[in-house]
Amino acid sequence: MRLKEIIRLLDAVIITNSRDYEAEIEWACATDLMSDVLYYSRGNSVLITGLAKQQAIRTSDIADIKVVVFTRGKEPDTHTIELARKKKITLLITPYSMFTACGKLYERGLRCCPE
Amino acid sequence: MKIDKTYEGNFHIVGGDFSRAGEASTELKTILLNVGIEDEIVRRVAIATFEAEMNIMIYATAGILRYIISPEEIRIIAEDMGPGIEDIELAMQEGYSTAPDWVREMGWGAGMGLPNMKKNADIFRIDSVVGEGTTVEMIIKL
Amino acid sequence: MKLKEIAEILSLRPLTPVEGLEREVSGAYVGDLLSDVMANAGEGNLWITLQTHVNIVAVAVFKNLSAIVIVNGRMPDSDTMDKAVSEDIPILLTGKSAFETAGKLYQILNAQNLQG
Repeated sequence: MRLKEIIRLLDAVIITNSRDYEAEIEWACATDLMSDVLYYSRGNSVLITGLAKQQAIRTSDIADIKVVVFTRGKEPDTHTIELARKKKITLLITPYSMFTACGKLYERGLRCCPE
Repeated sequence: MKIDKTYEGNFHIVGGDFSRAGEASTELKTILLNVGIEDEIVRRVAIATFEAEMNIMIYATAGILRYIISPEEIRIIAEDMGPGIEDIELAMQEGYSTAPDWVREMGWGAGMGLPNMKKNADIFRIDSVVGEGTTVEMIIKL
Repeated sequence: MKLKEIAEILSLRPLTPVEGLEREVSGAYVGDLLSDVMANAGEGNLWITLQTHVNIVAVAVFKNLSAIVIVNGRMPDSDTMDKAVSEDIPILLTGKSAFETAGKLYQILNAQNLQG
């Protein structure tokens, strides 16, 4: 799924982005637990999380995740935004809950990272 | 790309400092990429090291992360001054954790740390003495 | 929609007594941070999570959730099961991820709302 479509479907606010809006994102991972991101995710995926903290960005950087979406309109602090910018991670905020965000992306064909 | 020499180094980790958690692993990731290790291997080393770093952060007073990058393999040794692990077999089970609630609310401590290290390393060894500390050694072959 | 119908469509495996499956599901919430679920999950919601420890049952009781679905093939701790049975909170398992479980359930609940 293209980044611009993820943004559109999730009515997301763009906090940081240095990526082409046409960039293809292959997989999705939805969790608040960082070890599960590390265990199940693949590179080039989008992480949907309610953990609107630096840890989510740090973990995504380690796991080569390119796009992070914070749910329920949670605003991260400046350290989190700064880290995302430095690590060239696209950071989005969606007003939707994780359930609705997963539903909207799944409905349009995005799938979770294969094991 | 072939590595022609051995690179070594270490990072000191201070327990409890969540704001800096992951910095050592991030730095190691950069070093590996600069040395010319391929992306998928870098990802595995980074994940395994990150989990080891988080464990020190969460459970120990302090610890040290050593890395040795040689033409054959990458070796990571995480040694901490912590409470030690009573039952290693139990600790290795997916989902088993003794982490306090505040750690769980930070997105960690769900019992996937050690399984994650084992999953990403070709060779995984753990040695622990209750009341003294834990040493984890991980080897990823090149 | 009844929990039983959802369990059938999504092939969820109930670990608690089947009587619990007669419950109505009002909607769903996905989350692994207990404070977040405490603050934001709605009454009657089906809760999709990776967490397995005993505190999830307390959260479900407190928030009057309809059931807990544990994803990624994770097994709940034995004290979690004991508490779920004594507090009458259905626990169901799936080997699928939270993303996929939520994705499918979203479609099922939406289709239901359109019919209703």
